Amino acid sequence: MSKSNAKKKSTSSMTRKQILDMYFMDARCKLIDIAAFLDRVERSEGRDDFRIKSFRKAIDEVIGNKKNKARRVLLSLSDPTSKPIAKAPGKGACGAWPGKS
Amino acid sequence: MRYIEPHAHMVSRTTDDYQAMLTAGCAAVCEPAFWAGFDRGTPEAFYNYFLQLTEYEPARAAKFGLPHYTWLCINPKEAEDPILAREVISFIPDFIDKPNVLGIGEIGLNKNSRNELKVLEWHIELAAELDQLILVHTPHLEDKLKGTKLILDALKAHPKIKPDRVIIDHVEEHTVDIVLDRGFWAGMTLYPESKCTPARAIDILENYGTEKIWMNSACDWGISVPLAVPRTALEAKARGYNRRWIDKVIFQNPVNFMKQCKKFKKPDA
Repeated sequence: MSKSNAKKKSTSSMTRKQILDMYFMDARCKLIDIAAFLDRVERSEGRDDFRIKSFRKAIDEVIGNKKNKARRVLLSLSDPTSKPIAKAPGKGACGAWPGKS
Repeated sequence: MRYIEPHAHMVSRTTDDYQAMLTAGCAAVCEPAFWAGFDRGTPEAFYNYFLQLTEYEPARAAKFGLPHYTWLCINPKEAEDPILAREVISFIPDFIDKPNVLGIGEIGLNKNSRNELKVLEWHIELAAELDQLILVHTPHLEDKLKGTKLILDALKAHPKIKPDRVIIDHVEEHTVDIVLDRGFWAGMTLYPESKCTPARAIDILENYGTEKIWMNSACDWGISVPLAVPRTALEAKARGYNRRWIDKVIFQNPVNFMKQCKKFKKPDA
């Protein structure tokens, strides 16, 4: 992770208990949705594509004590290349990098 | 509560949305030129769109007593055609002195292609030549990180562009630091599925502070929430932030950026 001058000491106006009181149920709901999504994918016929492979890789960034988990997930789903592509293939984005640019 | 909606595509919204925004405390709305969900395709269509943004839409907003400002460009989603882009850019100066035009935007990149980058550079040159503020769209999802870096490099490469006069919109956790580090303003967009949720936007403010940053709904023809800014303010209040902290982010900061254009009048709210 690059160092940033803009990065300041993180602050929070709430205690951990207050954060959990406010956000735990919402996060629990989203976690179960993710689990159900993976169940749905795994019981469907066909092969994995780059999106679900990237998704599983991104989940690894959520596990453990690493800081800045949201940033890590976003980075893991991003195109890591640096040069402009020759031509736009269309207008849309799909949420994961297919692995070629 | 008072707030400024610094990025909303009101041509796609109903008058009910104007009423709801006013009811929630909106004191001014700012509308960058954008992609309508389909290609306009011709210079004439863009000319008419610029008339809509500079004449019709401010009149519609004025019926509700709401100041309406705009930004002009050919959006990155239609920048793959440089011939069309060149022609559209050629008549932007005809509109730039209209009373509600704040600058050039939302320019930027979409799929990070060579033609998109070339058209971005033309827009940057135009903004420098006309001494205009710039509002930048950064790409979506997997393209955002790379696109943001390419955009920042293009802006930094122009000797006349001052970062204080440029806002880089749609930042997220992986791009906000590189934008602020290089002296630009940052915008957070509150979208239900992509970009930031209210909770994440407040997290970003907790991590990076409240200087040179704003939030917007970017409500348009897709799934989006015109009241996303005041709803996020309510979430900040629930987290314990006081009125002054909230007012700085949703009112004072947009005022401080946009008042760099003399045509922007601080709302009496």
